[in-house]
Amino acid sequence: MSTTDSCAAPDQSAPIPASVDVAKETVITGIVSSGDGPVEGAFVRLLDSTGEFTAEVVTSAAGQFRFFAAPGNWTLRALSSKGNGDATVAADRGINEVPVSVG
Amino acid sequence: MSRESALVTADWAEQNLETPGLVFVEVDEDTTAYDGGHIPGAVKINWKTELQDQVRRDFVNKEQFEALLSSKGIGNDDIVVLYGGNNNWFAAYAYWYFKLYGHGDVKLLDGGRKKWELDARPLNKDEVNRPATTYTAVHDQDLSIRAFRDDVIKSIGSYNLVDVRSPDEFAGRLLAPAHLPQEQSQRPGHIPTAISVPWSKAANEDGTFKSDDDLREIYGAAGLDNDKPTIAYCRIGERSSHSWFVLKEILGHDDVRNYDGSWTEYGSLVGVPVALGDEPGQA
Repeated sequence: MSTTDSCAAPDQSAPIPASVDVAKETVITGIVSSGDGPVEGAFVRLLDSTGEFTAEVVTSAAGQFRFFAAPGNWTLRALSSKGNGDATVAADRGINEVPVSVG
Repeated sequence: MSRESALVTADWAEQNLETPGLVFVEVDEDTTAYDGGHIPGAVKINWKTELQDQVRRDFVNKEQFEALLSSKGIGNDDIVVLYGGNNNWFAAYAYWYFKLYGHGDVKLLDGGRKKWELDARPLNKDEVNRPATTYTAVHDQDLSIRAFRDDVIKSIGSYNLVDVRSPDEFAGRLLAPAHLPQEQSQRPGHIPTAISVPWSKAANEDGTFKSDDDLREIYGAAGLDNDKPTIAYCRIGERSSHSWFVLKEILGHDDVRNYDGSWTEYGSLVGVPVALGDEPGQA
């Protein structure tokens, strides 16, 4: 994936590109779910430690989302037609799994 | 320009889906969303393949723009309502484009695809075919709304430079928005003297724009001088189109330009000044 000429969020169900060194990245990933299971098409917002918006993606058919952030404290906020929800994470380098419930 | 002339609400749009002379256009970098369901009757424009030159890094020229709009069935007299994903970034970019080439009446759907989906408004997968037109751009690019790298370098310390990326990108802690991998070639940081006003401050979480009073308060608090010309930039020029739209079209500032080269160009230039950290820095 070329990132230079792109700024939109990539397909959230795609595997992490082989060119990305996961050991150097701080990946925050998870699944948005409601009482009925994973929520497709939810808008997941990554907020920094001051609550400021940093990025937003749309969940895949399996409810997945993924961010490339930096180590630190982050909040995930999910919006969907099924309801909204929040989760927080103290992220380290590598893969950080964070489920988010909405309803 | 004003909010009333530049924006339409989702309610208004839903009531006007069948109105003759009105064309809804979905603009995205990736048109998968359109193919999975779009506003009834809307045509699609692919930002990456249809609005960019496919060899050089630049826009399509006047003739290419005319051919594109003709093929989409958009006439000079049509009212064009743009919307898209990613909080309308690419729709705002297209709006700026339509203004560059002088289209008469173009509007942005407030909240874009996100608000439309959260409201559970109608989407369908019907193929949309509009008869081709013969579109004629009113003029070549209106460079009073487009800034180039040399304009930006000259304006350090004298114009308002507005960096609309996230605070971590501004400070140089991140090189790209956090939904993208961080490996990049250019230097991190921002243009010295630029104020940090993330594009997202201008939008509510459902993607709609904040009120005029809130917008004035946000830019005022960040130190925007209303008496000076303004240049907005981000990483590739689409988030800054969103902020350009706020300053020029909603708040009605006179002299606002979008620097579409943005950080992927500026951060790769040899010899230009760069500031690191959360403060604007010195000229």
